[in-house]
Amino acid sequence: MIKDITIGQYFPGESFIHKLDARAKLIVVFLSLVEIFLCKNFLSLAVVVIFAIASVAISKISFKVVLKGMKMIYFIIVLTSVLQIFYNDEGTVLLDWWKLKITTGGIFTAIFMAVRIICLILVSSLLTYTTSPTTLTDGISRLLSPLNKIKIPVDTLAMMMTIALRFIPTLIEEIDKIMNAQKARGADIDSGNLIQRAKALVPIFIPLFVNSFRRAYELAFAMECRCYNGNKKRTRMKQMKFSWRDAVSFVVIAVMLAGIILLNYFFGAVI
Amino acid sequence: MSILEIKNLSYKYGVGTPFEIAALENINFSVEKGEMVAIIGHTGSGKSTLIQHFNALLKASEGQVLLDGKDINESRESAHKARFRVGLCFQYPEYQLFESTVYKDIAFGPTNMGLDKTEIDRRVRKAAEFVGLKESMFEKSPFDLSGGEKRRVAIAGVMAMEPEVLIMDEPAAGLDPRGRKVILDLIKNYREKTGSTVIIVSHSMEDVASVADRILVMNKGKIAFNDTVDEVFSHEQELREMGLNIPQITKIFSELKRYGFNLNAATYTVDDAAEEILRYLHKGGN
Repeated sequence: MIKDITIGQYFPGESFIHKLDARAKLIVVFLSLVEIFLCKNFLSLAVVVIFAIASVAISKISFKVVLKGMKMIYFIIVLTSVLQIFYNDEGTVLLDWWKLKITTGGIFTAIFMAVRIICLILVSSLLTYTTSPTTLTDGISRLLSPLNKIKIPVDTLAMMMTIALRFIPTLIEEIDKIMNAQKARGADIDSGNLIQRAKALVPIFIPLFVNSFRRAYELAFAMECRCYNGNKKRTRMKQMKFSWRDAVSFVVIAVMLAGIILLNYFFGAVI
Repeated sequence: MSILEIKNLSYKYGVGTPFEIAALENINFSVEKGEMVAIIGHTGSGKSTLIQHFNALLKASEGQVLLDGKDINESRESAHKARFRVGLCFQYPEYQLFESTVYKDIAFGPTNMGLDKTEIDRRVRKAAEFVGLKESMFEKSPFDLSGGEKRRVAIAGVMAMEPEVLIMDEPAAGLDPRGRKVILDLIKNYREKTGSTVIIVSHSMEDVASVADRILVMNKGKIAFNDTVDEVFSHEQELREMGLNIPQITKIFSELKRYGFNLNAATYTVDDAAEEILRYLHKGGN
């Protein structure tokens, strides 16, 4: 059950996208998120949809896994887009009943919203699917390194993020283990009303917190024993290098940006 | 009659992801009432996965688990009930303690069974006695205890459900030799006093050789051997290929026997070895 959550997980691979430099990937993902929100009509929306699907295809990560990872957010997608239907009263009225009014404008916003959220999640989850957490934080800290000049401890923050990401799978595994142990003693976790369910979480979260604190102490001691010091200029075992692949991806994202702006301009905005 | 019967059981992890692996393949075996069975295997051989099927924590991809002749996965209710009849104590159980006092933590299982207060009290006291916890500890916080004491509290928590089948996953893991002996002795004592069926999972032959009636050797998700201790240990070469070892003392004795000393090679503990050597010396070397 809890193991089905794949967002944030890393699937090792050798694809074009896996081999992109983490910094380039971050920039491209950021730009594509901007582009997703720049779309104003169905043609430009189609461009980003094709981009998102093509990216997943190139990454060689099966669509099944990607869709399964999104299972938790289907509800949010449906909810937000349904709400959008009633929040826009532009365009022709399709249905007018009591206080509810459905217009073409509302329907279009709903479709846009759903497609945008799906693309958003596809692209951003692809980032974590194809980049190992350590490389990712490394990339982030490199991109943010200019902030060091205004006394923001970027390296320390990056280390905190690395540790946090590193322990997500460990925590998931641990929750699973503790849950099984308490179930073995007859704890009923999956049934009952809301209050009963909340109460059933106590035997899981207390050991989880206790163990997390213990682990944090151990990790801190181990880091100190190896003379870890956040302030020192640290070097990396793996140096990051830009390659032709990164250039290609920058060109693609730039062309897309230009295309979307042109399509918006020439074909008019739907929303 | 067999209390627990496993029929054609197979299990796969991560179905539908790139990490899909077959953890168990076509497992068949049964456990008799009152028997002490040891499940042995190298890390990743599937032994922990297997035992989680015995109380319906995992549902087999194929096959059945029969408790007293009834499929435990028949309904949600039967699966839930099976957890009280088949008590499973996980590896490093001390990390699962959560209550404010030792007493309450041991009482967690019996309380979930819906027993009344006096019965819960009786069971908690009895379980505490089995693991050698004094009454003065009942009101302490389990987090203030030493590692060994915590483990005993956790084991008592499973014993307090008075399961017909008690499964212990690596009960002696991470303990010093004396701690190991204490834990194994208390399991042995529990079985003698209650007559329950006990399944003990381990990767150490030394730990189980002297206590188990039968050994089930797991290798790569399959059963490699299912036989008496003596019989299993006679396959030293195959065991070694599976990353397992027979007890050191047994190895020494079989070597000695090879050199012509008339000793019993089926000697598994140092205590037995001392006796065997004494017997040999008394007889004057024949």
